[in-house]
Amino acid sequence: MTERKGPRARLGPSPTLAVLFLLPALLLLGVWMVYPVIYSIFRSLYDATGERFVGLGNYGSIFTDSATLTTIRNNIIWVVVAPLVVTVLGLIFAVLTERIRWATAFKLVLFMPMAVSLLAAGVIFRLVYEQDPDKGVANAVLTTVHDTFSAGQGYPGARPRENDQSPAVAQQDGTVTVRQPARPGQAVLIPLVGLPPDSVKDAPPATAVAPADGVAADAIGGTVWLDVVRGGGGTVNQVDPQEKGLAGITVEAVSDGQVKATTETAADGTFHLTGLPAGSYTVRLPQSNFAAPFNGLTWLGPTLITPAIIGAYIWVWAGFAMVLIAAGLSAVPRDALEAARIDGATEWQVFRRITVPLLAPVLLVVFVTMVINVLKVFDLVFIIAPGSVQPQANVIALEMWRVSFGGGNNQGMGSALAIFLLVLVVPFMIFNIRRFRRDER
Amino acid sequence: MMRKLPIPIALLALAAVACGGNSGGNSGGEPAVGQTSASSGGGDAAAAAKPLDGVTIEVAAKWTGDEQANFEQVLKAFQDKTGATVTYASTGEDTGAFLGPRIQGNNPPDVAILPQPGLVQQYADENALKPLTPEVQAQIDQNYTPYWKELGSANGQVYGVLVKAAHKSLIWYRQQAFDDAGAQEAATWDDLVKNAQLLADSGTPPFALCGASGWTLTDLFENVYLSSAGPENYDKLSKHEIPWTDPTVTTALEKMAQIFGKKEFLLGGASGALQTDFPTCVTQVYGQKKAAMVIEADFVAGAAAQSGAKVGEDAKAMAFPKVGDTEPVVLGGDIAVALKDSKGAMALLEFLASKEGGEIWAKLPGYLSPNRNVSPDNYPNELTKQLAQTIISAGEAVRYDMSDLAPSAFGGTDGKGEWKDLQDFLRDPSDVKGAQKKLEADAAKAFKK
Repeated sequence: MTERKGPRARLGPSPTLAVLFLLPALLLLGVWMVYPVIYSIFRSLYDATGERFVGLGNYGSIFTDSATLTTIRNNIIWVVVAPLVVTVLGLIFAVLTERIRWATAFKLVLFMPMAVSLLAAGVIFRLVYEQDPDKGVANAVLTTVHDTFSAGQGYPGARPRENDQSPAVAQQDGTVTVRQPARPGQAVLIPLVGLPPDSVKDAPPATAVAPADGVAADAIGGTVWLDVVRGGGGTVNQVDPQEKGLAGITVEAVSDGQVKATTETAADGTFHLTGLPAGSYTVRLPQSNFAAPFNGLTWLGPTLITPAIIGAYIWVWAGFAMVLIAAGLSAVPRDALEAARIDGATEWQVFRRITVPLLAPVLLVVFVTMVINVLKVFDLVFIIAPGSVQPQANVIALEMWRVSFGGGNNQGMGSALAIFLLVLVVPFMIFNIRRFRRDER
Repeated sequence: MMRKLPIPIALLALAAVACGGNSGGNSGGEPAVGQTSASSGGGDAAAAAKPLDGVTIEVAAKWTGDEQANFEQVLKAFQDKTGATVTYASTGEDTGAFLGPRIQGNNPPDVAILPQPGLVQQYADENALKPLTPEVQAQIDQNYTPYWKELGSANGQVYGVLVKAAHKSLIWYRQQAFDDAGAQEAATWDDLVKNAQLLADSGTPPFALCGASGWTLTDLFENVYLSSAGPENYDKLSKHEIPWTDPTVTTALEKMAQIFGKKEFLLGGASGALQTDFPTCVTQVYGQKKAAMVIEADFVAGAAAQSGAKVGEDAKAMAFPKVGDTEPVVLGGDIAVALKDSKGAMALLEFLASKEGGEIWAKLPGYLSPNRNVSPDNYPNELTKQLAQTIISAGEAVRYDMSDLAPSAFGGTDGKGEWKDLQDFLRDPSDVKGAQKKLEADAAKAFKK
């Protein structure tokens, strides 16, 4: 260009000036973007020490190591679920808030999680998902709802002693059966343990039922009691004076697989199964007596951890999606909607056939933005998942950090993961940028 | 027909992508408080009363909360003595993750306190450590048995001072729970299981495990293994000279399964235990009074006291019972190393290795010194005095925490290696062979590097 002589042959600034203006930006991009990317590619071809060239070995182990494959699987779940839910929720919120009076206040509240850093959001949700209903809101809600419909009762945790001398034995399904079959006129003892003596300290002392005490000829008598003395001691399998009866326990007499008589224990733990023909019966306490109270879900366990973290992510980003979509919504021409309404379209039809198609470009941008964002999710997983389930909740970005700095000390492998992540993100980036460029035209 | 996007949307979308990932979990890249001027003048070093006036030293350690506050008191004593300014940086649980990038970036703290001897070797190999000066080594020779000196050395050089020891062969129990159930301190593993059954029968889950903190599980394994397999096998397994598929490991895991395998033995069952981190399990025993025992080291005392229990009365500790023929004494400890070759760093290490520094620290709760010249009389309570005595008198007979001797990818990383494999074993204690296979595979991978 310098060969060109004479008066200025073009409009606008000279190329030199343009380069001068571009230089700061190019320099920053070069230092902060281009160089790190190129160096990462270079580094990913070497092993942990950085001295031995391993070619594509690190990339190979991404797809062979089972732990890394889990991260890829989790990322796929994230990408499929999170952006879709965020976009749909954002759309619903945006459309609904358009109609209400305190829309701004409502939007403000929904947008507020964006003001919290993801790290803090993670800490909050770690508490929300706490197993103990006294601490975790999620389980507090679940147990409250559950208990409204079916109140827990009975003696969760009570069970027979685990030894051969115990007269009763627990079955696989939790039912407690008496070892020796009983005949009418006999009495059985059913000692239970596993409850703190203090939990029944107001109950009357247990009474042993003996055949001499008048068990009717057509009845099986017996006692169900807590065979534990505070401070130890007491005779095992015998009713001691300090031991308390367990009231309200359902007792069944079973013969040939059929329940022949049912009764409940009295306050002192005694029961009489009456009206039995002669024969041999198995006395049992059904599992319902010992049903454990509903304790909520194990949110932070290996199975629910990824959905739980996605829930936290949605909480943070749904407000953001709403604001974007609401902005798009305000640009939708009113006349189109009104024309449809005049033509007799229902609100659902207006939404489905007019609003959504007109909003499609915005929805797509929100969706793609979320996909990019979700691919590199890190903080929430790092904070919310307890150490013991982090392998199950792991995602590529977190694995990249773990492998390179968090103990793995293998920056070759870490760089390979970083490049892998970049390759995953780039198509969506290109898509988004092309959209913006097309829109600007 | 393509609809035009409102410009604010485009900008917001880009901004969201740009800012989404920046609030990372670790405070890794904070600017270092480097040295201002180590020794500006030349000759008149010892002229002033405070030889390190104007020197700034940065110390990084994993301690937080009370442990941090106590350590800062020790640092304050050093500052008062020397005039240096010492800043403390907490590395969080994952010391390697904090130091790694700082070392890579040529911007390490002056002094780091490493929770694992494995890291001494690793950083020594990376040439990140500075050898101790003769003055510091003189303090070590005077105050420590050779075993401890060995632990702080790598490749024939002495790099570290063991500044804090942890006695890991203890089982803490709640006196009230034992009284209620009529349980006793156990001398053997079978006794322990029997007592656990007694507690469970009386309605108190015997153990609160901190399964979410993997290191508590490795500590338990080490005690069981040291006792059942003996010190020689312990050393071999530490160095991975025998595989984790060895029958001695099978025995140890089977013993552990006697506890792990019973739902009523663990507070909240295995899944509850796996979500409980340290020190929540201590709170469960002494604060919420939900369980009877917690298997962890001497530092439980601090957390127990915080839950409102009186150490020595409500909260008592028993020696880890004998599983086999050996009475297990497993120790952990933190090793201070210099990452910068500065006068301040060496002076601080010398102070920490000295009798003087050790005794200041010893008067604070939750600290146990491996320094043999720190008189046990300094400790604030009877229990610590006894523990200090056992460490000093045991000398060469004790073993160091095995997982801390292993490469950190195997023995010291959340969600990886031994931590993860033992957590998986807690989840499914019936699969001893499977657990061994996974342990061996992970160990092989980590030791190969």
